[in-house]
Amino acid sequence: MNHAITAQNLTKRFGDFTAVDAISFEVEKGEIFGFLGANGAGKTTAMRMLTGLSRPTDGQATVAGYDVYREPEQIKRRIGYMSQKFSLYEDLKVRENIRFYGGIYGLPRKQVRQETDRLIEELGMSEFANSLVAGIPLGWRQKLAFSIAILHRPAIVFLDEPTGGVDPVTRRQFWEMIYKAADEGTTVFVTTHYMDEAEYCNRVSIMVEGRIAALDTPKAMKASFGVETMNEVFLQLTRPESS
Amino acid sequence: MIQTENLKKSYGNIAALRGISLNIQPGELFGLIGPDGAGKTTLIRILATLLLADEGAAELDHKDVVADYRAIRRSIGYMPGRFSLYQDLTVEENLTFFATIFGTTIEENYELIREIYVQLEPFKDRRAGKLSGGMKQKLALCCALIHKPTVLLLDEPTTGVDPVSRQEFWEMLQRLKAKNITILVSTPYMDEASLCDRVALIQEGEILQVDTPGNIVDSYDKPLLAVKTADMYQLIQDLRQFEPAHTVFPFGEYVHLSLKSPVWPELIHGYLLDKGHTGVEIKRAEPTIEDLFMEKSLS
Repeated sequence: MNHAITAQNLTKRFGDFTAVDAISFEVEKGEIFGFLGANGAGKTTAMRMLTGLSRPTDGQATVAGYDVYREPEQIKRRIGYMSQKFSLYEDLKVRENIRFYGGIYGLPRKQVRQETDRLIEELGMSEFANSLVAGIPLGWRQKLAFSIAILHRPAIVFLDEPTGGVDPVTRRQFWEMIYKAADEGTTVFVTTHYMDEAEYCNRVSIMVEGRIAALDTPKAMKASFGVETMNEVFLQLTRPESS
Repeated sequence: MIQTENLKKSYGNIAALRGISLNIQPGELFGLIGPDGAGKTTLIRILATLLLADEGAAELDHKDVVADYRAIRRSIGYMPGRFSLYQDLTVEENLTFFATIFGTTIEENYELIREIYVQLEPFKDRRAGKLSGGMKQKLALCCALIHKPTVLLLDEPTTGVDPVSRQEFWEMLQRLKAKNITILVSTPYMDEASLCDRVALIQEGEILQVDTPGNIVDSYDKPLLAVKTADMYQLIQDLRQFEPAHTVFPFGEYVHLSLKSPVWPELIHGYLLDKGHTGVEIKRAEPTIEDLFMEKSLS
């Protein structure tokens, strides 16, 4: 297996509305891949197909070497998922959340206990270990949620707008955790519509109305549009009449 | 136009505001910039007369937020962070509803909202709950404007909105400012600071700095470099061990390295080569609001 994700003409139609319109791309192992697009461009639908939650209407895709039509359960076992909106149970303690997800991912009890101690130690969260998640600061929650999403050492972790609203220092600590995971071989697939987040990715794709309008490294993309920021690239692609 | 004096507010034993003093001029587009949990919403709710401070005082247009709350409610437009129009009323019904509450009509103040409302008019019979994020935000702004307020209080209007809608929203604010409306807008997105006349950086209930975006960036006083190599993760670890380093933060495709005192780039270059890095690139970096925010919040 050379690629973490492959998609060929991947398509999803709802009635006569085409949400994802024959997209093709590949994500390499260990890559940090940014999946960008405006609200309603089709990002979420595409991600739901890749995570085995929604069956494509047409086209091909593999995730971690498994086929999205035939092997969605294999895929689910090899991916991690985290979104800003929902990741942790607020009325469970930090320790309980880790144990809960460890169980969901089918890790043996002994390993869950070891991982729990390691994680709390690594995150420097011992003071919060027995606090309800509802009561701990947002930045800590985000870092914990990411650690839990990779607890079972998935081949690929999907991050759905992970760092909105977090303070700048914590946001960087969060990206350092992502770099570390990628360094250890985990592929990272990030959706976001915040363009400064895109600058952290190895490569990014930009979806416009169900299609991939551009796919490259942030540097090459900025150069080809002759602009300084990803925000300008995005605006040119999605609002060409005003630029 | 908006004055606060040592405002304090706690929820149980959590201090949301720890003494906020601000002075916002008439006609200013003023940004309140800070992460979630910094106290932005608490401050705006106190100014909107929806929450009482524990200590301190606040005035809008020389009217006290406690004693003169009725007068203030007539003269402000408020857009809460969470979409709070009636989802099961149509676009037009929502707007009529808010106009009626304030004893006016859409026609009377149509001029103020015209530019925004024309984009909504094709959907005027659609229920508000069925609008896209960008459209909801435009409707909320129209409803906040329909009684011709002198002050607009906008709580995170661009959170969760895509870059195109964000840009359009800021363009709308510029046009409203030109109509002499004082605007206080909060945002967790540091890059929006440059679109304001002045900003207050806020964290954990305290103001870190108040100034124009230009002056804030200029006040950054450490040598700052952008560094890049083939292995970003290792680069961050190695720069942290570099003796002259003050702070090391990932910043998009580069790492921002601030220095305790100036050193020759050749020295850094040599250090990184010794550590086995390839593709080393080092250049001077222009500090951003985020660099400054991080520097202030660490000190």
